[in-house]
Amino acid sequence: MNVKKTTTLILTIICIGSITALAAGLPSMSVQVKKGEVRSTPSFLGKIVARLSYGDQVQVQGKKGAWMLVDLVDSGNGWIHASALTRKNIVLRAGQTDAQQAADSDEIALAGKGFNEQVENEFKAQNPTIDYTWIDKMENIVISRKQMLYFLQKGGLNPEGGS
Amino acid sequence: MKKLYTQISSIQTNVSLFLGLMLIMGLPSLFTGCKSVESVTNVGSAIGVATGMLTDSQADSLKKTTIAVARSFQDITPEQEYYIGRTVGAVILEKYRPYTNKSALTYVNILGQTLAKASDQPETFGGYHFLILDSDEINAFAAPGGLIFLTRGMLSCCRNEDALAAVLAHEIGHVQSKHGLQAIKKSRITTALTTIGVEGTKTFAGEQLATLTQTFGESITDITKTLVNNGYSRELEQEADRSAILILERVGYNPNGLVDMLQEMNRRLKPGGLDFAKTHPAPIKRIENISSIIGPYTPVVEPKLRKFRFDRIIAKK
Repeated sequence: MNVKKTTTLILTIICIGSITALAAGLPSMSVQVKKGEVRSTPSFLGKIVARLSYGDQVQVQGKKGAWMLVDLVDSGNGWIHASALTRKNIVLRAGQTDAQQAADSDEIALAGKGFNEQVENEFKAQNPTIDYTWIDKMENIVISRKQMLYFLQKGGLNPEGGS
Repeated sequence: MKKLYTQISSIQTNVSLFLGLMLIMGLPSLFTGCKSVESVTNVGSAIGVATGMLTDSQADSLKKTTIAVARSFQDITPEQEYYIGRTVGAVILEKYRPYTNKSALTYVNILGQTLAKASDQPETFGGYHFLILDSDEINAFAAPGGLIFLTRGMLSCCRNEDALAAVLAHEIGHVQSKHGLQAIKKSRITTALTTIGVEGTKTFAGEQLATLTQTFGESITDITKTLVNNGYSRELEQEADRSAILILERVGYNPNGLVDMLQEMNRRLKPGGLDFAKTHPAPIKRIENISSIIGPYTPVVEPKLRKFRFDRIIAKK
């Protein structure tokens, strides 16, 4: 086989390989927030159709602005804002190999690593006068989609606003 | 045969040229990006070995992985940002008492969360939450991850909902651009991230936990010192004002609400005060910068119900 043919063959294999990877490889992303909300429309005013947990993986089927259309486990699909997702694979229960991989690569993130609940508890033990009561209360303030919609409509504001 | 050799040699030359170019283009950026981090790690690893905290092999692994790992505040995960923000908030609440009026608390949270949804970072690990501080001081703070605090003194600088929206949108701007995290010294981020690199299990052992907790405490101090004492740079404040303008326009508020609030603040701030006067550029300077973006001043005209709810819940308090 002459070199020209070999080179052509190699290039063809590379091209076919890339196309196959593109076709098969719809991006898989991980939920990087505590509570991931999937909505019926690409808007925060869309009805919540599914709730995802930190580290859950989703298959992205489409994109509209900053919203990702993702497959749902049960059936159908829904929209989640891109800022709730990361391309990194979040490892919830990491072993030493995962730790090394995470250190070497941008592809993996370890849940519960570094500054975590354990570190916060240790900090609390060392600083007993610092009170977290109101921090916990703040986090429990939940504003519903309906409250938000009502607020926008009554205030003469833009219900379509937002990224 | 000679022809074949020429072809091979030509391909080899092209490949060598390509690899050479890649190396020339890639190496300088690698060196500039990692040099300072490497030196920090070398010192850190040596100390770690000398104090018995790290074995030689762990130290070697640390040195190797640091080049890949140590970057900047951008590598702090949203989960870690959340834990940093919680403690920054708790430290702020050591100094201020919360104002617990339920309708005011609900109102600032509906307004704040609605604005946050229109920001470029609507989702954070624990979400955006707002609290009023029972103090006449004119101040507002944004802890990393979205815990936002504003004083009653700051509320009195707001004559309408558009102005209050502007205050909250400015603080959301600090969160979305991770300004709080940028106040953490880089060496601490390196320590935190490399401790992750050598530790595989979910629960940290004694010495590692001690190192991490110390670094955590120091990071919190870096941020709270910046929020309470030193303030951000003029550039970061301008960035937060730009984000605020964008958020306000997306939701349908008049960005001149920010100008109204700053004018009122300018009337109320006492020179040499320990609040916004200390940590922020002068309101007049901020107005000049904002006006260069949004153009000439147009007065805020509030629809009836918007004015009614603001007057009832905030202005009358």
